[in-house]
Amino acid sequence: MARIDLVDLAHSYGGNDADPDSFALKPISMTWRQGGAYALLGPSGCGKTTLLNLISGIVAPSRGKILFDGTDITPLSTQKRNIAQVFQFPVIYDTMTVGQNLAFPLRNRGVAKSEIDARVAEIAKLLDLTPYLNRKATRLTADAKQKISLGRGLVRSDVAAVLFDEPLTVIDPELKWELRSKLKALHRALDLTMIYVTHDQTEALTFADTVVVMHDGRVVQSGTPEELFDKPAHTFVGYFIGSPGMNIVPAEVAGREARIGGHVIQLSRAYDKLPAGAAIEIGVRPEFVSVAPPAPGLLSANIERIDDLGRIRFARVKVGDAKFSARVPPGFSVAGESAGLVFDPARVHVYADSRLVEGHSLGGPV
Amino acid sequence: MDKTVNQKAWFLVLPVFLIVAFSAVLPLMTVVNYSFQDTFGNNQFFWNGVGWFKELLDPSTDLGSRFFASLWRNLFFSAVILAIEVPLGIIVALSMPRDGWRVAACLVILALPLLIPWNVVGTIWQIFGRPDIGLLGYVLNNIGIEYNYVSNEFDAWATVIVMDVWHWTSLVALLCYAGLKSIPDAYYQAAQIDGASRWAVFTAIQLPKMNRVLLIAVLLRFMDSFMIYTEPFVVTGGGPGNSTTFVSIELVKIALGQFDLGKAAALSLVYNLIIIIVCWVFYTVMTNAGVDRQRTQGAA
Amino acid sequence: MHSIPGRRIILSLFLIFLLLPIYWLVNMSFKTNTEIVSTMTLWPHHPTIANYMRIFTDESWYSGYIHSLNYVVINTFISISFALPAAYAFSRYRFLGDKHLFFWLLSNRMAPPAVYALPFFNLYSAIGLFDTPWAVALAHCLFNVPLAVWILEGFVSSVPREIDETAFLDGYSFPKFFVKILVPLIASGIGVAAFFCFMFSWVELLLARTLTSVDAKPISAVMTRTVSAAGMDWGLLAAAGVLTIIPGALVIWFVRNYIARGFALGRV
Repeated sequence: MARIDLVDLAHSYGGNDADPDSFALKPISMTWRQGGAYALLGPSGCGKTTLLNLISGIVAPSRGKILFDGTDITPLSTQKRNIAQVFQFPVIYDTMTVGQNLAFPLRNRGVAKSEIDARVAEIAKLLDLTPYLNRKATRLTADAKQKISLGRGLVRSDVAAVLFDEPLTVIDPELKWELRSKLKALHRALDLTMIYVTHDQTEALTFADTVVVMHDGRVVQSGTPEELFDKPAHTFVGYFIGSPGMNIVPAEVAGREARIGGHVIQLSRAYDKLPAGAAIEIGVRPEFVSVAPPAPGLLSANIERIDDLGRIRFARVKVGDAKFSARVPPGFSVAGESAGLVFDPARVHVYADSRLVEGHSLGGPV
Repeated sequence: MDKTVNQKAWFLVLPVFLIVAFSAVLPLMTVVNYSFQDTFGNNQFFWNGVGWFKELLDPSTDLGSRFFASLWRNLFFSAVILAIEVPLGIIVALSMPRDGWRVAACLVILALPLLIPWNVVGTIWQIFGRPDIGLLGYVLNNIGIEYNYVSNEFDAWATVIVMDVWHWTSLVALLCYAGLKSIPDAYYQAAQIDGASRWAVFTAIQLPKMNRVLLIAVLLRFMDSFMIYTEPFVVTGGGPGNSTTFVSIELVKIALGQFDLGKAAALSLVYNLIIIIVCWVFYTVMTNAGVDRQRTQGAA
Repeated sequence: MHSIPGRRIILSLFLIFLLLPIYWLVNMSFKTNTEIVSTMTLWPHHPTIANYMRIFTDESWYSGYIHSLNYVVINTFISISFALPAAYAFSRYRFLGDKHLFFWLLSNRMAPPAVYALPFFNLYSAIGLFDTPWAVALAHCLFNVPLAVWILEGFVSSVPREIDETAFLDGYSFPKFFVKILVPLIASGIGVAAFFCFMFSWVELLLARTLTSVDAKPISAVMTRTVSAAGMDWGLLAAAGVLTIIPGALVIWFVRNYIARGFALGRV
């Protein structure tokens, strides 16, 4: 068990001399606290698996250091770093029984027999594998096999962290939910640091207390699910998380006003020192924009279609050339194509070159 | 993969059935015919019942003693070359470079001995081992090891075995290499995470994943070494004495050398029977392994 | 993790072990007989191509190569074209006696050529094919057809059954499906099977020698002439040997990227 620090860590599969823009992982520094449940979220190819493999030592970094509890372990091999990792597809040692599979990581480290048996029994119980302990692992289903892989990751009590690389890919949807809850329960029971890589936001948001969003080799935001939802630090987080994603439109921002094609939207904070020459956009989640009958003072839009998600309805609308999603209030009946948009000023964020700009909430122009 | 039952599939198999039956069954019937007859020449045959078989299986007769001697010799030879080629093939497969042009180069060199006509293999080693003009024989004799495969039994055996290792280890190595290539990287990474030693990786991952190709390798090597003819015939001619006379060499001596058709035919049938039995055992083991795998997939 | 300690040394030693006898043969083929017999030289001090010139100018020599290639090509062609439909049948259907038939085919792959030498001689003499490439090509079918069925069955099985079904739904007739869809899909498998048929037909001598006398005599049989001649013509023998290695080496070069895959999928 340990705190993990990454110091200026970067990796390029093309070697250290490669063009910095081509790095699979651009230099990052961050800390993973002991006992945390983290999700590493991002689309395919964003560098999340690379980051995971750097921590576990399967890949050696091009630059930077990794510290476990302040000790530099960068040069250590995977075997010597106290780390466990579960892979996307089940890895099973064919000739062994389920019990022997679970015991394998402990046996390799010379743990005493009695302790191995106790630990294997405990993990098997947590994963409902007890009835299969003496069966050959090859004869089991893909689900059971992946449970064994999970079990091998969890069986060691001394690990600095357990890393999961999209472990539920091969699992049926109904079982996915069950296994994820089980992992969460295990996290509480075993007090382990867990890092869970996924490209599925639901998986990330339900599993983790801290979600780390990656995009194009960079960590763009790290925070609780609420923070990611309420205040995306990067436009990418805005539209990657949430369904539908955040509305992001170019705008002119001055003081407490944003202008879209001549129409003024009031903001709850003031923005004065926006970087010159940057591309300014405003972002607002569809949940905080609602459609209303056209009226003066409202941004007018054309409704293209309505998506009924059951509990909530979203309208796809067009403002000039920009596309928007907006909430349709209960009881609102759509008449005709044109509508007005009502914004919640506190929920409108301003982005300069895709990054969030903090406004001043108190006082007038400084 | 459940296959559908379709008797019309026989029409697709028919050409193969006919051509193999023509090549295998017709000649075999001649052999069976000869094996029950005797001749005084001039194409006059008379019924001899199971006489030839009795003689063949009785070690006190000339034919029987020759048959059993060559059979044990051949089995010993097969055992020795399997004991060398299988481990060596595995080691070579494990030593293959990871990727790049080196792999292609190694594969080409490995495959080379497999495509040399068998009598040329014999010729190569016949020349290579000669004390007067061959590098091997010359060097050995010059560093004080007396070596002559023509007159010394042990040297003859050593030469035939080294030649077979030279000729066929590549087959085992290529099969194992193919087996190793089919192991996903995740297995090695998981083993690293699990703290497995190099030896544990071999026994827990590589060997189990190779066992199917290894079975095929052992089958092919056993069969081909059990019917070896050309290579030792070229190098040693079965000698010195009869020390490297394997079953096929004995058979050809009897059939084409002495023209003892009845004896040769009886020997052929027994020889073939042994091979079919061994083949059947392997086939059963292999299909059972296949059923095992299917059951796993069915459960998944 | 993949490989073992000291692998470079092990592999290098093994490759040297494989190449050294071949080098010695090549070395000898460029020497004169005087040099071979009188001195031990690691490379030809008086290199000569006289041995090769003799083979290329003497018809009885070079026609041996043509005869060999002749029956090897015929055999490969027959083996593949007969084996393809059978491989498809074994891969897709169950039918009366399928398992026994498959085993019977395989057991023929294992049959000792020595057993068949004499009966083949009688058979092909009786039907007038003795001393033609066809006799050898047909005889080699004994082990090459089962082998080709075995390899191709593996490749056909790796083609999803849905492809057949889609093709039939699209109105393809069976022969058209076979030629237009299946064959291109398993082209690499056909290549691998052809490679193995070529290989086993090319290296076999016992049957090839028994079934020919003059008009179809294979090169490997022609080579034995130097053995019986009074006073061994080592240089000529070595040159002939080197020339028999070349077709095999060429074939390997063309399939080098498929060798490993072929072995695995074809399950040989």
